[in-house]
Amino acid sequence: MAYDYEKSIRPGKLPHIWCPGCGHGIVMKGLIRAMDTCGLEKNNTAIVSGIGCASRLPGYMDFNTLHTAHGRAAAFATGIKMVKPEMTVICCGGDGDGTAIGGNHFIHACRRNIDMTYVIMNNYIYGMTGGQFSPCTPTGMKASTTPYGNPDPIFDISKLAIGAGATFVARTTSFHATQIDKLIAEGIKHKGMSVIEVLDDCPTSYGRRNKFRSVVDMMKRLKEVAVPVAAAAKMTDEQLEGKVLTGVLFKEERAEYTDQYAKLIARVQGA
Amino acid sequence: MKRTLLTGNGAAAWGARLAGVEYLPAFPITPQTEIIETIARWIDFGEMDCRMVTLDSEHSMITAAGAAAVTGVRVFTATSSQGLLYGMEMLYTVAGWRAPFVLVNVSRGLASPITLEPDHNDILAARDSGFLQLHCATCQEVLDCILLAYRLAEDERVRLPVIVNLDGFYLSFTREPVEIPDAESVARFLPPFDPENLGFRAGAPLSEAVAVIGGTPYSYFRYQSHLAALNAVDVFAENAAAFAQAFGRTYQAVEAYHCDDAELVFVMMGSFATKAKEAVDRLREAGEAVGLLRPVLLRPFPAADFRRALSGKKGVIVVDQNLSMGKGGVLHTELASALYGYPGTTPVLVSFIGGLGGRDISAEEFYEMHAVTRQAVSEKRAPAPRLLYTEVELREMKKIQAIARVQGLKEQQT
Ligand SMILES: Cc1ncc(C[n+]2csc(CCOP(=O)(O)OP(=O)(O)O)c2C)c(N)n1
Ligand code: SF4
Repeated sequence: MAYDYEKSIRPGKLPHIWCPGCGHGIVMKGLIRAMDTCGLEKNNTAIVSGIGCASRLPGYMDFNTLHTAHGRAAAFATGIKMVKPEMTVICCGGDGDGTAIGGNHFIHACRRNIDMTYVIMNNYIYGMTGGQFSPCTPTGMKASTTPYGNPDPIFDISKLAIGAGATFVARTTSFHATQIDKLIAEGIKHKGMSVIEVLDDCPTSYGRRNKFRSVVDMMKRLKEVAVPVAAAAKMTDEQLEGKVLTGVLFKEERAEYTDQYAKLIARVQGA
Repeated sequence: MKRTLLTGNGAAAWGARLAGVEYLPAFPITPQTEIIETIARWIDFGEMDCRMVTLDSEHSMITAAGAAAVTGVRVFTATSSQGLLYGMEMLYTVAGWRAPFVLVNVSRGLASPITLEPDHNDILAARDSGFLQLHCATCQEVLDCILLAYRLAEDERVRLPVIVNLDGFYLSFTREPVEIPDAESVARFLPPFDPENLGFRAGAPLSEAVAVIGGTPYSYFRYQSHLAALNAVDVFAENAAAFAQAFGRTYQAVEAYHCDDAELVFVMMGSFATKAKEAVDRLREAGEAVGLLRPVLLRPFPAADFRRALSGKKGVIVVDQNLSMGKGGVLHTELASALYGYPGTTPVLVSFIGGLGGRDISAEEFYEMHAVTRQAVSEKRAPAPRLLYTEVELREMKKIQAIARVQGLKEQQT
């Protein structure tokens, strides 16, 4: 029997606003399956986003959801987690939302290692506003604000998260649909800040401008560049040129923020 | 000079291009983005010699704009709504630096709830920041006001940043015929920025600042900015005269439409005032002595112009496309304080709130506002401020609420 997505989707909210071929829908389905696997109870779960095409995701989900301000998902989510530490808090949004205007909140949530799962959909562009370059637009690629190619170097989101202190960091692509839910589920189960970077496609604002003939072409590229971490260990630097590592990139156990906070309260009040 | 069809955003980009801006820190936001994209294209095609950087937010964008302007280059930037508010801290900061540059704001209603369409709460939030404000009603005005704004900002009697405001969608995406002046005439009207005492001079500073100051010097500097802003009333008039001579188009701090013999006068700002013009025409056809005043300059507030234009009038219909929660319309408040206590007959001021989130204001509503005000004049007392909202809309709203199950939840709670 086909998987029942409907039970997680708000009645009357479909069709969604995403363009045909947009990767965000694949990520949403992955998220639904992951949340299902983890047996998350609707009322004990909050899904928080910023602004952007990716950030429209929570609007379709039949959970407690917050569609907030551009770049602020992690800050809103921190507020929720601090007062309701028993809740499962999931953030989602785009590369622009999370690493440009919201970069500060993102790295500080990582640093605190607060228990939430941040699904960041990296389509290399500001999709919603029509394709201006983001901190993740590969150097040389075209955006509406850089018709001759982007001169800026990029953020590697996963590395950024690891460097900032997230304790579970994984990456996959929208081509690897079944890996999306596995990694998100692992992230949800992990206690601490989990970041799952999903490389996905914006055919409308990125693909067309960068001479991808079709969404299939874009998907093929995702398939080609992805190298699982285990396979990469056996490859040479030359072989890894232009590739992107996928799978669990980093995992460590470290004290979680709300736990530490509760302990502090107990210690001070107990004394 | 050439005449062509341009959107408000296109006109803004042309204004920046003709002004010869040298630096554009940018960040996209609907409905402004077309401005920075147009300029990006010109830069890439070598048609414009300007440096452009898309920063990581409006906060850094306005910071970069202010910093660049005080090194003595001509700077342009643009934003809208949430972006303007996100940069608010820096609006105050760079205005305090007396950094002369021009920022275009494309008005859009503020969250929450979220809308893409225009009202003026965004721009009015910047009212007290030290930025001067010019409000446009047509695409031509957008281009022209940018040129006027640079002359105003850079004038040594003023030296303050200026926001040029246009309404999202109604102007940003609407094509109108626009005369694009030729570059030579613009260069004569607006020569390259002469920064005089601005710029880097290591070892020979103009003044040595201290990091934190007390109330006495603080008050002094804040008041200096205020006085500089007030100077802008006369400087604007001077510049507008020079502009009229150069380009044949006349601008006034407050545009008056059929006001001389009017008994009742609409006061509105922005592109929605063109709807009021239309209503004035229709009402005049029906024999009503009615006119319209539209402030182009909102900061500094052209109080004397309003007093002059409204002296002897019976009633004023203030239509605010903004809402100060717990008070009402901002323009109404400003106008009341400008008129109160001055000699001459004080007209009855009637306040309406309309056009929030781009909601249309219909001709019938203009007639209704006019009728209500006439009644108020005959009774010599203003009615309570009113939101323009129809029964049909309210019914629609109830339906939407029912769908959103807000109603159901409420019932559960009670
Ligand atoms: C303060 C503020 N500035 C700018 C914007 C305009 N804006 C809306 S979405 C967006 C970028 C979205 O890009 P991303 O987060 O990568 O998501 P995508 O649309 O690509 O899924 C921007 C700049 C805004 N909403 N708020
Ligand atoms: S613009 Fe791009 S990111 Fe936005 S819905 Fe369309 S394809 Fe997706």
